[in-house]
This record gives sequence, C-alpha cells and structure tokens, in this order.
Amino acid sequence: MTLAPERTDLRVQLRLPGGWFPVCDLALLTPGRGVAALLPDGTQVAVFLDRAGTVHAVANRDPFTGAYVLSRGLVGSADGRPFVASPLLKQRFELETGRCLDDAEVTIPVYAARVG
Amino acid sequence: MQTIVLIGHGMVGQRFLEALADRGVTESARVVVLCEEPRPAYDRVHLTSYFDGTSPEELSMVEDGFMERHGIELYVGDPATGVDRETRTVTARSGRTFAYDTLVLATGSYPFVPPCPGKDAEGVFVYRTIDDLLAIEEYARNATTGVVVGGGLLGLEAAGALKGLGLDTHIVEFAPRLMAVQVDEGGGSALRRTIAGMGLGVHTGRGGKEIRTDEGGAVSGMLLTDDSELPADLVVFAAGIRPRDDLARATGLTVGERGGIVVDTACRTSDPAVYAIGECAQAADGRVYGLVAPGYEMAQTAADAIAGEAAREFTGADMSTKLKLLGVDVASFGDAHGTADGCLDVVYADSRAGVYKKLVVAPSGELLGGVLVGDADAYSMLRPLTGTVPPLAPEQLVLPAGLGAPAALGPDALPAEAVVCSCHNVTKGRILDAVAEHECTTLPEIKKCTKAGTGCGSCVKLIGQLLPATGDQGLCGCFPVTRAELYEIIRVRRITSYTRVLDEHGRPEARGGEGCEVCKPAVASIIASLAPAIGADGYVLGGEQAALQDTNDHFLANMQRNGSYSVVPRIPGGEVTPEKLIVIGEVARDFGLYTKITGGQRIDLFGARVDQLPAIWARLVDAGFESGHAYGKALRTVKSCVGRTWCRYGVQDSVRMAIDLELRYRGLRAPHKLKSAVSGCARECAEAQSKDFGVIATANGWNLYVGGNGGMTPRHADLLAQDLSDAELVRLIDRFLMFYIRTADRLERTSVWLERIEGGLDHVRDVVVHDSLGLCDELEALMRAHVAGYRDEWAETLTDPDRLRRFVSFVNAPGTPDPTVRFVSEREQIKPDLALLQITSPEGTAVR
Repeated sequence: MTLAPERTDLRVQLRLPGGWFPVCDLALLTPGRGVAALLPDGTQVAVFLDRAGTVHAVANRDPFTGAYVLSRGLVGSADGRPFVASPLLKQRFELETGRCLDDAEVTIPVYAARVG
Repeated sequence: MQTIVLIGHGMVGQRFLEALADRGVTESARVVVLCEEPRPAYDRVHLTSYFDGTSPEELSMVEDGFMERHGIELYVGDPATGVDRETRTVTARSGRTFAYDTLVLATGSYPFVPPCPGKDAEGVFVYRTIDDLLAIEEYARNATTGVVVGGGLLGLEAAGALKGLGLDTHIVEFAPRLMAVQVDEGGGSALRRTIAGMGLGVHTGRGGKEIRTDEGGAVSGMLLTDDSELPADLVVFAAGIRPRDDLARATGLTVGERGGIVVDTACRTSDPAVYAIGECAQAADGRVYGLVAPGYEMAQTAADAIAGEAAREFTGADMSTKLKLLGVDVASFGDAHGTADGCLDVVYADSRAGVYKKLVVAPSGELLGGVLVGDADAYSMLRPLTGTVPPLAPEQLVLPAGLGAPAALGPDALPAEAVVCSCHNVTKGRILDAVAEHECTTLPEIKKCTKAGTGCGSCVKLIGQLLPATGDQGLCGCFPVTRAELYEIIRVRRITSYTRVLDEHGRPEARGGEGCEVCKPAVASIIASLAPAIGADGYVLGGEQAALQDTNDHFLANMQRNGSYSVVPRIPGGEVTPEKLIVIGEVARDFGLYTKITGGQRIDLFGARVDQLPAIWARLVDAGFESGHAYGKALRTVKSCVGRTWCRYGVQDSVRMAIDLELRYRGLRAPHKLKSAVSGCARECAEAQSKDFGVIATANGWNLYVGGNGGMTPRHADLLAQDLSDAELVRLIDRFLMFYIRTADRLERTSVWLERIEGGLDHVRDVVVHDSLGLCDELEALMRAHVAGYRDEWAETLTDPDRLRRFVSFVNAPGTPDPTVRFVSEREQIKPDLALLQITSPEGTAVR
C-alpha cells in the first residue's frame, strides 16, 4: 500500500458522462470502508478503498430497503473479488460489477473510479 | 453346555465379555458374571469426569441390552467369596453357587493404603470407585481442606476432584517429583510449577507419618515424615494400587512375590481351567499392568484361548499414557526415561507456559519414546511413530507450531500399520478400511465398528483427522477455525491487527484478501475484549479497528431502516435524575427526535442523521451521559427494581448493585449483546431470570442466575450460585462473562452457549466456581484490565477532529444533509418517510 504522505495530494475521481469528476482527497478514505459522495445531479455514490489501494464506486442506494446506506457497509472479498455488504440486511454486492451475490436478479449501478 | 464364570465386572471384565460375544462363544456357552459393585462396568479411567457433571449412568461401559442380547447372567452387588477348584464351583456372597468349566478372574486391584497411624479415622478415603467419589463428595460438604497422599496419576486425579469440590488441596508424594513413573525430572518440575500455580500445595520427597484426629475421631490434620504438619478435614489415599489376588491365594493358585496371579502368555493361571486378566494378574513378563490398554489385550487373549482360536499371546505391553490431570496434559510413551543404550534426548522446555517436551531417540534417528507435559497434542502422532525414523527431525517435532516448526505433522505421515488406538490395538489401516468398506464417516461409527477411541480417548483427535472431511466448522469463508479458536490465537499470539490474523491464520485462498462482513466484526470484538491483555488500543474506532466495525459500531449509533440513527445514553440501573431527564427531553426536542422508553429502562432517541450525531452527543456528554453501547455486541443494561430502599418487600439494595454492575461491565465487547437485571427480592420485578446474567436478592446476599433470554426463544436462567456476598457475586460474574467471551461462537447468546458447550451448566459451574481448569485468575485479571481500561467512546470521539470527520452525509459536501432522510408526523412525533425511499430514487429501482 502507498504510504500516507504520498496520498495527501491525490484525488479520487469518478467517470461521469461529462468526464472525470473529482470526489475527495484519497486520504479521506480508509481501506476496507466507504464514504458517500453527492454528484451534481443529486445522485448518491458509495466510494470504497480496498486493501490493495484500488478505489471502487457503486450506487449508494441499497435496492433491498431503498435506503441510501451502502457506503456504510463493510468491504470483503469472495473468490478474490471485493464486495460491500449492506449494513441493513447484509446482502453483498460486487464492487467491480454491481452484481448481488445473494440474489442473482439484482444488480446495482457501477461507476468507473480512479486516483489521480 | 459349558459354563464360563467371570469374577469381576470392571472395564477389563466387560471387554472380555465383548470379546467372547465377538467370537460367538456366548451363543454356545452359559456365561455368568459376579460383580462386587452395585453397578455394572463403568469407565474408571474417566472417573473424575463425574465431578464435571458426567452421571454414573453416562460412565457405564455396557451398551444397552448387551447382557440380554448375549444371554449373559450378570449379578451386581454380589461378589464371589470362594472358589473350589476341586469341585469347580464358585460361591457368591448371596450364597449362590455356580459350577464352572472355565473360570476367569478379573478382580482388578485395591488402593494401597500405607500403614499410617490414623488411617481408619473418619474422613479418610480412597479413590477407586464411584461409591468412593460419592462418599468424598458428601464428606467434603463440611470440609475446607483436603490432603491427597500420592502424587501419581491417581493422586493428581483425586487432587483435581478435591479442588473441584472447593477444598484447599495439598498433594503429598514420597518420590522427589510428581508422576515419577511416567515423567522424568524436567517433566516433573514443569508439572509441579503448573499445579502449584493453580493454588494446590505440592509436598514432594515427603510421606504421611500420622493422621491427626479430633476428639470425635475425625481427621483434623496430617503430620508428614519431615515433621511438618498440614491441616486437613479430609484425607484421600491414592498412593498406588495392589492386585486383588486374595481369592486366588485362598484357592491355591500361584501368585507373584509382590502379588498378582501368575499367568502365562495365554493368560492362563497355574490351573489350566482358570484365567486371570487385567490388574489382578502378573503377566508372562513378570509385570503387573495397572493400565486399561494392557488389560484389554489380556481380555482378548483369554477370549481367544477359550474360543480355541489361533493363539494370541500377551507377552507384555506398552506403558504409553496420555492424561489430562488438573487440566494439564501429561503424556509419556515408549522408552520415556531413556534407558536404551546410547539413546539421546531432545528437549524443549518453556517454564512460563508450563510446557516440557522430551523425545528419546536412538543414534540412528529412530524415535524410542518421550515425555510431554503441558502440551501433549503431538502424542497421538508421536506414539504411533515410535520405533520408526520420523519424517521430520526430532527438534521440529517438539517445537510449538509456528515457532520455526513446520505445520504439525499430519496423519498422512503415519504408515498404515501404525497403531492409532493402543487401548484396542487398532491400526491406521484398519480405520481407513472402516471408512472405505463399512462407510463409516463419523467418530461414533468408527468407534462402533473398530472400538478405536473407546478406551482412554487420547486418539480421538487423530481419528477425527483420518475421517473424510465433513461439515466445515470454520467461522466463515475466510477462517477455517471457530470464533473460540480465533480468540485463543489472538490471545496467545497477541495479535492486534485484523490483516495479520487473516494473512497468517486465514484459509489459504482468503489470505491477502479483504476478509468479509462476518469475520471483520468478530475479530474486532475479540481484539476489543482482549485489548488491555494483548496491548491493543481499546478504542473501537482507533486505527485499523475502525474499518472492521459494523456500521453501528462505526458510527456509535444504531442504524434504522431509512439510514437514520438512534441514540441511547447509558442510564445505569435505570436510575436518572430529573435534571438529566430534562436534558434528554431538550436534546430530543431541539433535534426533532422521536423518543421511546426501552425495555432496558432507558430512553431511545430516533431519527438522527449521521451528521447530527456529534452535536447530539456533545450535549449529552456535557450533561454527564455516556455511551449506552446500544449499538455494540456489548453490555446493554442492568435493569433493577427499587429494592429495599423504597419497597416494603425488598431485602437488598438492588439499585445500587445494578448501578455497580452496569458501571463495571459497560463497554465490555462480547460475542453477542449482554443484558442483566437485579431484583431486590424473590418477587423478581426486574425479571432477572430472563437475562444473560441476573441477580436476585436473598436475606443472606445474592443469588446469581445465568443463561436467561427473552426474545424469539425464551430461556429461563439457571441458578449458578447462592447467597453470595457483594464481592463473591462480582467475582463470579467476572469469571462467567470472561469464560463466555472466551469460548462462545460468534453471535451466540449466553443461553445458546450454555446449552451447546460440553457439560453445560455443570461444566461452567466447575470452571467459574470451582476453578476446575485453573483459569479463574486469568479470567479475573482480564476483567480487571477491562474495568481499568474503560473509556467513554463518545467523549473520546468528540475530542478528536479526525474521528469526527467521518460523521458527514457526503464526503464532498460535508454541510449538506442527506435529502433522503426525511420524516413525516405521527402521534405528535416523527416517523421515517419511507415513500421517499421508494419513489424519488434518482437511480430508479434495482436493475433486472
């Protein structure tokens, strides 16, 4: 993992239709946890940092309860792929694909994210 | 029809009957058994487990219906009193006589009581039968101090029993060390340190000289050979056993110089119609064996000879043993004392941990034997390897796992002919056959099919490893171990980082990964419970710990269905001043929160947005409130009734006790939430018997109940101890809670835990009341450290700008509230506006 001093001036960015949108300093993210970000159109996105230092972004809305809480779930990995578990009823969503691991019919939106 | 008479129905006698049945002899012969004790054969090896709650019935060695099925006549409580070899008849105490064609003596042994003045006084016992145990238990009710004469295997068993009965216990041993027969000097001193550390007096190199008695003729003390004196209300002689050969002597059979009926390699005595097996016999090698495994072999040898089958011979036996004495593993096998020419020792000793391991090897590298004290896990692997050159160097075999030693030697390393169960002489190959050919997949099936594991039980773990892998006991997809095992790993190795636990102890495929939502909070809870003991920061949001917490712990509040949080300040014992009540009301009013009184005698404030939590808590902390840990798997509340202070029925001050307990255990992280209550009299208004630990006042103090639960599967709590003083009550709860935290599964309430753990309530009582595992000092120390290290999580969070920064709805718009957390009105308060969540979702519903 990158050392903290080098992280301070790095920004987390999400790709929106209009281009890369800066969200926050990388230093505000904790490995294994998420934060919620508000996009210009009012959309809520959950942004996560994994142990390897990769940033992931998915919709913040938990489709099972309708609550905007996925950013407050715990990050884990299954078969080497990172997921977030909803803090309400614990369904898991793959961070790379948005696929729900506990209900094959449910997928949540995914955003491309980078650090730059 | 020929008649076989068996005198003696102990473990060896029963094994002999089974061997006869296996060989079809019971179908053609009449079999008569005379048993002195009032109950059929029972497991004498595990006699002491009676004190762990095993009933005499559970100790029975006789399968239900065995005697009936094989037409065996068993007379219990009717010992043989005479044998006439001329007329071939046996007479029993009842006057019954039986003519025999073949007589088998399995009369066992009697405890040796040295000729010590006072040995017949009231309060002197031996330790041999269930009846002895019952008598000791009865007498111990009015005793406080006990002396055990004998520091061998039986003596330590007896000492463990006395300690379990709550007696101040001393062991007197004539030899210079404990267990002199089995272990060497190094092993003896490791054993001594550990046992002395449990609070038992150990007096080696001294014998009993005289038993002192009071005017009534009851034991009052013991004078030792060095003229020192020990106080004693009770004395147990466990100084060895002698063969019971009196019947044989009386009928003129040849007996050995030092006792024991002389037999040949077929276990036949000087009279070819009479056999002797087990502890009453002197085997063909001139030795008398006091262990069950050789006895079983003799039983089978005699059965073979009687059945006329190919002659099995008994020429002597391996004296290997593995025991758990006073909670300490002790094992010795092969040439434990290194008597072979040119043999070499490899020794590992760690006095701090009370571990001593010695292997004896030949210059060729062949393993000859060994002694293991304090950690005998390797016994079941090492004993079968005796006589071979092990696949690993001997020093690697004694090093603890993880300290330079490669992963423990697996059962794969054993050859098929290695004897796994030495009690029944069952090889690895035979067990694998049972698995492959008889489709045995569980331990009980293997036991039934091969008898392996039904003797001393030391090989059971190894048998388990030979079985095909079945149900995975692991905590989750990341860890192959249970929560209790993980607790031990973290405690012993003092690991304070989740990633280190995962990378070093996770399943291979999970190492280096992210972990999961199951094990992260579980590990966080274990680290928090152990924080002071392992040198971790007890603050749950400190460092890496923050990333492991469920959202409730992460934000120190309870998430509700619309993503808002509820806030519960601690109100110890349910007692609150009007001023504080007003503050709660003002905070709720100013932040527009919904208020409700909880079942735990406190007030829950609902509807706070995550960004409001610090401001709400700043007001509460300022007024003297602390976190109520309603969000944590931790102590919630200790309810109380008003008690003696106000109530005309009350007999104790239940409110004060509830407050004391709540303040003592606040913040304690556990496998699940903990609830408690204190009632001031037997009317039980605080409902203490539905709590994890509940206290009810009595005229003399307090009764402690444990394992109660309300909820989905209500359970009435069990009485753990009665009439306790304040200090005794607190000490017992300290131990109980720490033992629960140590051994429970993840999210397992005390009610389920108490039902699940082996031995149930009796076992827990033994551990926390009688300190049967010698754990109590450690459990109490852990709780003291918790109490000393307690800090209010909310007060601490409010002083740290870094930690406060996470309390925002949006990382890129810290001042903006979450527009989806809205409320509508109902009965003059707020409730979540759920419609908002369903309809105005900018992203629409789930993609299908």
